[in-house]
Amino acid sequence: MNRFLIPLAAFVALLVFLYVGLGLNPREVPSPFIGKPAPAFELARLHAPDERFAQKDMAGKVWLLNVWASWCVACREEHPVLVELAKRKTLPIVGLNYKDEPADAKAWLARFGDPYQLSVTDRDGRVGIDYGVYGVPESFLIDRQGVIRYKQIGPITPEALEKKILPLARELEKS
Amino acid sequence: MRILVAIVLALASLAAIAKEATPTELDPVAERRAMVLAAELRCLVCQNQTIAESNADLAADLRREIRVQVDAGKTDAEILDFMTARYGDFVLYRPPLKATTVLLWFGPAALFVIGFAVLFRVLRARRARAAEDRPLADDERRRAEALLAAAGEKERT
Repeated sequence: MNRFLIPLAAFVALLVFLYVGLGLNPREVPSPFIGKPAPAFELARLHAPDERFAQKDMAGKVWLLNVWASWCVACREEHPVLVELAKRKTLPIVGLNYKDEPADAKAWLARFGDPYQLSVTDRDGRVGIDYGVYGVPESFLIDRQGVIRYKQIGPITPEALEKKILPLARELEKS
Repeated sequence: MRILVAIVLALASLAAIAKEATPTELDPVAERRAMVLAAELRCLVCQNQTIAESNADLAADLRREIRVQVDAGKTDAEILDFMTARYGDFVLYRPPLKATTVLLWFGPAALFVIGFAVLFRVLRARRARAAEDRPLADDERRRAEALLAAAGEKERT
C-alpha cells in the first residue's frame, strides 16, 4: 500500500505547486517600497510647466500617485476606473506622466478625460527609476506621513479599487 | 587603381565615423565595470534578460544610470544597493542569502539529495528481496522436479 501511496502523494503535491504557479503573475514583483517613505521629487506640472510640484505638497493627505503615459496601452484600459474614482472626490490622484511628450499627454487627457488633481512630467524617467517603475501603469497609495502603503502594478481594476485601495485608503484616513 | 584608392578612402572615412560613434564619456576600465554590473542585473520589463542584453527602454535608462554612477565614483556595492532599493532582490541574478531565499539557494541541492536517498533505498530493498534465501514451497518443488525429469527424458531419447 505504502509503495503506491507515497508516490501518489508526491504527485498530488507537485500538481498543487504547479496549479498555484499557474495563477501567479510573474510581473507582480514584491515592491521594496511598502512601508517606506515615498522618494522625494520635484517636477514641472503638465498643464502649468512653470509651476513645480513636490511629493511633500501632499503631506497630511492620503493620495494616489498614478504613473501613466499616452503611449501606454494598458493605461487606456485603466483610465475609466480613475475617471470614475475622481468623480467621487474621495481620494486625490496625482499623475506622473512618464517618458511622454507633453503635447501627446495633454491631447490624451483632453480625449479620455482628466481624473488628476494635477499631473507632473517625468520626461527622462528619472523619477520613475526612483519609484522602481518598470511597467506602466503603476500606482502608489501614500498616507498622511508620506509613506507608501500599497503599490498596484499594472492597471487598477474596479475589483482592486473596491477591495484593496479604497478600504485601505479609508483606514489610513482615520489614523 | 583609382577605384581601389577611392574604396580605401571610403572605408577609411567609415572607420573614422565609427570611431566617433563610440561613447567617450567613460574610459575603457570604467566602461567594462558598468557592463559587468549591467550583466548582473535583471531587466524587469522582459524578466529573462539582463540589463546589459535587453533592448527595453527601461534597460537603456538603467544602463545610463549605471554609467553615471560609475562615473561619479560609486562602488559596485553602492550601485547594486541603489538598484535593490528600487526594484527589490528580484533585480539581482545572484540574490543575497536570506531567510526568504534559502529555498531558492538550497532547494535544488536538497531535492537532489532526497532523490538520491530514495533511489538508494529502493535499490537496497530490491537487492535484499533478490538475495532472500527462501526454501521452495512444496508445489514449487514438485513443478521443478517435473521439469527436470522431463528434460532428462528428452536427453535420453
